[in-house]
This record gives sequence, C-alpha cells and structure tokens, in this order.
Amino acid sequence: MITLNRDRLLIHKDQDVVILRNRVKEYATKIGMGLVNQTKLITGTSELVRNMLRYAQGGEVLIEVVSRGRENGIRLTFSDRGPGIADLDKAMQDGFSTGRSLGLGLPGTKRLMSEFSIKSAPGEGTTVTVIKWKNG
Amino acid sequence: MDRIPILKMGQFLLVTIQIDLYDRIALNLETDLVQMIHKTGARGVLIDISAVSIVDSFMGRILGNIATMSKILDAETVVVGMQPAVAITLVELGLPLNGVFTALNVERGMNLLQSRLASNPDEEEDEDDNPE
Ligand SMILES: Nc1ncnc2c1ncn2[C@@H]1O[C@H](COP(=O)(O)OP(=O)(O)O)[C@@H](O)[C@H]1O
Ligand SMILES: [Mg+2]
Repeated sequence: MITLNRDRLLIHKDQDVVILRNRVKEYATKIGMGLVNQTKLITGTSELVRNMLRYAQGGEVLIEVVSRGRENGIRLTFSDRGPGIADLDKAMQDGFSTGRSLGLGLPGTKRLMSEFSIKSAPGEGTTVTVIKWKNG
Repeated sequence: MDRIPILKMGQFLLVTIQIDLYDRIALNLETDLVQMIHKTGARGVLIDISAVSIVDSFMGRILGNIATMSKILDAETVVVGMQPAVAITLVELGLPLNGVFTALNVERGMNLLQSRLASNPDEEEDEDDNPE
C-alpha cells in the first residue's frame, strides 16, 4: 500500500468533528469517491470521533490518501490515550454500550467501511484504523 | 450560538436544519423543540433535513427522541427530505429510524401532518373548551 498524502488533526471538542468531516470530504472528493461511499465514510468518522471525545477526552486523527493496486482510498487512524477497552468482542457487538447510548458506533462503522481494525487494551488507549476504497 | 431556529406556522413547528450538525446542536434542538411544543400547544413538528449530509447514530437517536417526546405532548413529527445516501447509510449503520414518520419534501410532510391531525381532532376541541 502506498500513501499519497497525509494530514493530522487533533480532536478535543465537540465542534472539531465538523472540521474533520470537511477535511475528510475534501480528500474523498479529490480522489473521486462517489456520494454514497463518502457519506458512509463521513458517518463512520463521526461515530469514531464521538467515541474518542466521550470515552477518551479526545485524541488524534490521521487522514491518508492511500493506493493499492489500481484502487485509491482514504485511510483514517483514530488514536487516543484514554482508558482503553477491556472486552473488544463485546464492544464490537450491536447494542453494547457503557455510555447508555445505542452501541452502534463500532459495529456500525465496521459495516460502513471497506476495512476496519481496532487495537485497544485497558490503560493503553485505543487505535481504530479504517479504509474506505473509492469503489469499495 | 449552537441553536437552530424553530418557526411556528399555525399549529405546526417548522425546523430547517441548514448547518452541519454536531452533538451539542442536536441536543439543544431536542430541548428547544420539546419546550416549544409545550409552550405553543403545537400539534405537529416538521423537520427538514434536506441540507444535512450526514446523520449518525447520535443524531438519528435524537430524531427518534423528538418524535417520541412530541407524541407524549400530543404532536406528530415528520422528518422530510432525507438524502438517499443518508438513508442508505443509516440502514447499514443499523438505525433505520423506525417509528419516525418521513416524507419526501416539505409539502408532502405538511400534507401528512394535516391528514393525521384531521383524523385525530379531539384534543384540539378540548383545548378550545378549557379557559386558561
Ligand atoms: N475510544 C474509546 N475508548 C474507550 N472505550 C471506547 C472507545 N470507543 C468505544 N469504547 C467502548 O466501546 C463501547 C461501544 O462503542 P460504540 O459501539 O461506539 O457504542 P456507544 O458509543 O453507543 O456506547 C462504548 O460504550 C465504550 O465502552
Ligand atoms: Mg459510540
């Protein structure tokens, strides 16, 4: 996989999600991603940023334009130094929430993206990496 | 400020969301609408989201909450103008907005509210009978 472009944004407050969504949209438009895929990508972005803010008081998002073979896409890496997730299998289930919300953020985002991976351990923060391919 | 204006049109409240939503704004809208329904006795709420390019699980839940709470206050809610890409995404996310009335555009949303009100006019008479 080749990275064509790289951008980094810090997230500490609610409104930062608007800046991030716009930035992601810019890159997605630049590589010619269609509206439905853009909407899925940006909706997932919104979910993951909310998790960062709510469970880890914020963090950092890396936006990359990547290319593999003939496919171009957007890769986003959300990393925080929050409390981490004790049971990842549970956290990935529809409806599981420790925040009394819908518990759709992680599993729903996984469905919306082309690729999804999560690394987390108690006390070591959480890193979620997603890719949305232009035609994926 | 983080607030979306609410217009009163006859018995209905009309909200047109024209800015990018984030959680605080959505929460404020929920509170403001409930207060406004209570204060005005409005019988319907129409929320136009045609300019909204994303709805995630939080905002989706708020739309559902608004519909539920307005129902308790005897008002119907219709969400109009959802972009197809938003609808597709919501279903895949796992939140198909069950229980929220939707309509293609403001005109049809108004018609829907009016016909629901016409088929359920009792409470309105009650209000007229009750002096303040
Ligand atoms: N960045 C994070 N740091 C710590 N815990 C997290 C993080 N993201 C998610 N979680 C945990 O995973 C659970 C599921 O997250 P999610 O699927 O987004 O649903 P919700 O946010 O509605 O609870 C959360 O309730 C929380 O316990
Ligand atoms: Mg979440």
